[in-house]
Amino acid sequence: MKGALSFLTPRSTIALLVCGVALLIAPFVVDRYTLSIILLALLGTYLGQAWNILMGYCGLLSLGHALYLGLGAYASAILFVNYGVGPWLSVFVAMALAIGAAAVLGWLGFRFRIEDVYFSLLTIAFAEIVRIGFDNWSFVGGAAGFFLPVNASLSHQWWNLRGGPLFFYYLALAMAVASLVIAAVLRSSKLGYAFLAIREDPQAARALGVNINRTRFLALFISAAMTAVGGVYLAFWTNNLFPAQILETSKSIEIILAPIIGGLGTLMGPFVGAFLLVPLGSALTDGLRAIGLSAPGVKALVYGLILMAIIAATPNGIWPWLARKLGLEAREP
Amino acid sequence: MTALLEVVDVVKRFRGLTAVDSVSLSVEDGEIFAIIGPNGAGKTTLFNLIAGVYAPDEGEVRYAGARIDGQEPEQICAAGIARTFQIVKPFPDLSVRDNVAIGAMLRAPDMTAARAQGDEILRKLDLFDKSAQKAGSLTLPDRKRLEVARALATKPRIILLDEVMAGLRPTETDRMVGVLRDINRHDKLTIVMIEHVMRAVMALADRVHVLHHGASIAEGAPQEVTKDARVIESYLGMKAAH
Repeated sequence: MKGALSFLTPRSTIALLVCGVALLIAPFVVDRYTLSIILLALLGTYLGQAWNILMGYCGLLSLGHALYLGLGAYASAILFVNYGVGPWLSVFVAMALAIGAAAVLGWLGFRFRIEDVYFSLLTIAFAEIVRIGFDNWSFVGGAAGFFLPVNASLSHQWWNLRGGPLFFYYLALAMAVASLVIAAVLRSSKLGYAFLAIREDPQAARALGVNINRTRFLALFISAAMTAVGGVYLAFWTNNLFPAQILETSKSIEIILAPIIGGLGTLMGPFVGAFLLVPLGSALTDGLRAIGLSAPGVKALVYGLILMAIIAATPNGIWPWLARKLGLEAREP
Repeated sequence: MTALLEVVDVVKRFRGLTAVDSVSLSVEDGEIFAIIGPNGAGKTTLFNLIAGVYAPDEGEVRYAGARIDGQEPEQICAAGIARTFQIVKPFPDLSVRDNVAIGAMLRAPDMTAARAQGDEILRKLDLFDKSAQKAGSLTLPDRKRLEVARALATKPRIILLDEVMAGLRPTETDRMVGVLRDINRHDKLTIVMIEHVMRAVMALADRVHVLHHGASIAEGAPQEVTKDARVIESYLGMKAAH
């Protein structure tokens, strides 16, 4: 653990503490609408961090992370509604299911040496197969969706994730912090360095004794399990699940935008990216509506143009550039 | 002395081409063994067969008495045979220090220990003052040194060096010769080197094995081999031999 924090300079420790305190007191300072945006950004940080471990560290581009999100969400929702199993137990089922799916995907991909973009295509195919399956599977509600009962009398059952906005806010904060800690610990461990070696040059990594199949499986499992936990949160927070939303490729893309914009393979990238993109998205919605431009597609167009501008300005992500500007660069361990 | 590495009648074909044609050699423990031959003689393919990149079509590779042909590269490295790549393969976006630490973590308990071991090797190879640089920003001679440093960091018993002298200036070659001699004598490391730079081969090698068109044509002490008519012919053509 000590090694995991060795990248922190005094300056960046202060910056991190300021962010932490601001997020802790936010519910008492900002209105509910703003708080819901921060919550979404925290969730984006968490999911982005999970995906970043796979792509940013290990170099495996997954375009189908909605699969793990959806599996986690559906598993916990169905266990709760149909069998009365609470999320604190079903979260393990959710993780196991995601790891199972990742194992099949990884087995196909690594066993048969499906590399690079072909691996990415495989991840899309897997997610799409499951989405289409769920769309037509009546047990999980099919395309009409699956719903958790919203009952005000249950709202005190926080242990069943039946809480109010404040509860869900702090849970999202805790998850975002936990994901940062997981990423930091990994980044300073032998496993994390094995990830980096594979990302940089798989052949050289093998020549140095790195078991690339085993390592890639581990990266996939960690990332999938973390994403599934995010799915559990999403199920109990939104109370409704539709394959066309939670299992869609657009969901996968939404997950990966924050870490890419923020900075691939960096610890703070997902955080910075999510806290830029989520407010940007809702500001655009509000802004375009205010000037009467709420036609379908206009938001996506403007959003896309802004993303392109950001990527053109900081090709390695915002965080490496921002860290340099603010003097918050990581210290060599 | 006993044979630490044995290659027995190894054959490797790529479609119609026989890249390595029934090559046998035996490297003694503690020896510096050079493999020379003109371009396309099959030297790097032979290394790849030993290091597990390819499995031989025929023949065996034995290390410390046990068969290792057909094993994966990471297993062979873990067993104690490290290799460098002729076309260097640094981890470009990582620091020089992290590059070597990744080699060292194979046998180190944690990254702190791996880094400490790596730093020691970086000092030995005159790379320590560049340890914070990204490997991708190094000059070619430094990248060659980094290849050697990374392979050494895995604490091998045998190191396979694929043209680590190429592109070095004569003074740098002499420095590398000194480093290799030192790790051979003091760390008891067996060295198998593919090398075109004869200055280094003559200075270092106990024995030289000559490949031509995938086949062995000579083996012996450097002074003998360089006088061998067939060797001169393979390098310089028919006329020079007469």
